[in-house]
Amino acid sequence: MSATPLKRTPLYQAHVKAGARMVPFGGWEMPVQYTGIIEEHRTVRGAVGLFDVSHMGEFEIEGPGALAALQRLTSNDVAALPVGQIHYSLLCYPSGTIVDDLTVYRMGDARYLLTVNAGNIDKDWAWVTEQTRDVKDAHWRNASEGTGLIAVQGPKAETLVARLADRDVTRIGYYRFERGSVAEVPAMISRTGYTGEDGFELYAPADRTERLWTALLAAGRDDGAAPIGLGARDTLRLEMKYALYGNDIDETTNALEAGLGWVVKPDKGDFIGREALEKIRAEGVQRKLVGLEMTERAVARHGYPVLKDGRAVGTVTSGSYGPSVDRYIAMAYVETALAGAGTELAVEIRGQAKPARVVKTPFYPSRVKKA
Amino acid sequence: MANVPGNLKYTREHEWAKQEGDRVRVGITAYAQEQLGDVVFVELPKIGAKVAAAKNFGVVESVKAVSDLFAPVSGEVVEINGELPQKPETVNQDPYGKGWMIVVKPSNKAEWDQLLTAPQYEEFLAQGGH
Repeated sequence: MSATPLKRTPLYQAHVKAGARMVPFGGWEMPVQYTGIIEEHRTVRGAVGLFDVSHMGEFEIEGPGALAALQRLTSNDVAALPVGQIHYSLLCYPSGTIVDDLTVYRMGDARYLLTVNAGNIDKDWAWVTEQTRDVKDAHWRNASEGTGLIAVQGPKAETLVARLADRDVTRIGYYRFERGSVAEVPAMISRTGYTGEDGFELYAPADRTERLWTALLAAGRDDGAAPIGLGARDTLRLEMKYALYGNDIDETTNALEAGLGWVVKPDKGDFIGREALEKIRAEGVQRKLVGLEMTERAVARHGYPVLKDGRAVGTVTSGSYGPSVDRYIAMAYVETALAGAGTELAVEIRGQAKPARVVKTPFYPSRVKKA
Repeated sequence: MANVPGNLKYTREHEWAKQEGDRVRVGITAYAQEQLGDVVFVELPKIGAKVAAAKNFGVVESVKAVSDLFAPVSGEVVEINGELPQKPETVNQDPYGKGWMIVVKPSNKAEWDQLLTAPQYEEFLAQGGH
């Protein structure tokens, strides 16, 4: 066992005070639930929930060489990203498999922010700095420790943030951001999230994050605002079939089989993984990440085998009861020939083949604000 | 502190056992359901199945965790709670009542005395519960 102490976010004390159950996650001590995963899930779908995602990493890159560095590192086309906008992207290995998934913010002409997964901060930092060492005039800064991050998600998120913000946040479109303040805390107000609901992610200085959290909870009390743990974050993203690094995508899965071809832009020029991904695209993927619905009550979980007529044809990567769809759902890699919606498969659970069917995704309709 | 009724006996795996004439009713404790969180799946044996003390007789799954169920006593399953597969949340709502799991006709009466009493189970929980 590793004895590395778990890291804590600026909201650790607030979680403990609120009675959260704290668990280790990606090297951090994080709240898995406050009142109950299903209740918290419903709060986000029906009202508004607050998530502490301060554990995520933030890297800044600035300078005339920043664009060239990011074009080399990431799969999406950074040249096509205007100031004030955000895109989803991937860091790939030369093999086309995934170092991490991330969002890229264009802060200014030659200034960008990358938001990366908490458990990958050290690995990503080493990767991005090493792979761009020869790029001139591009300066990296790891802002992870000094940055707090609160996600405000749900149909009442806009009203709540609007009540406390110094600007008209209703005008901020999906995957766009503005810098301003919320509850008098300087914040980057980003219309993004990981739930399928409308909402914002608020980046704030670490030492002001608790103040922002407290103000949001107080201002949202009448709307039913509540803190939401990682447990519900997982069921919410699963209902949307959003990939979770370490579960559905990792260094062994390539971007195309994961269904992330929409952020792979080979026409932009060379990037790490491009050649391999072009080859995979030309030859066709061997397997695909699909949505499964269990046709009888059974919980498919990460690592369980997927079967077709008794033969192993894939592996479950995530699975749970989906509170908003009221079904047992999962994500799994299956052989390409069996990836079509309607295909009848089975998941091996404790030695028994439980019937499952490939279904269209998302499992639950997205309600993000695509203005 | 978790609710530990004085008229029941307990296992170290957090099942409760209730003597009802010559039968024993079995479920999981309030502490167990609280630790599991929202229960979304319960798998029980069939009526007539044989269970053995301290051996797995079923499975309970919450959103986050899979947990085996352990029989407090050996014997034959004479009743199962047929509502649980459809309404697994009952385990959270009423662990000592409507959330019961099976009724066993014990084959070895001596096993009853090996189970923890309520004060012993409370003491066990106070020491961390594992």
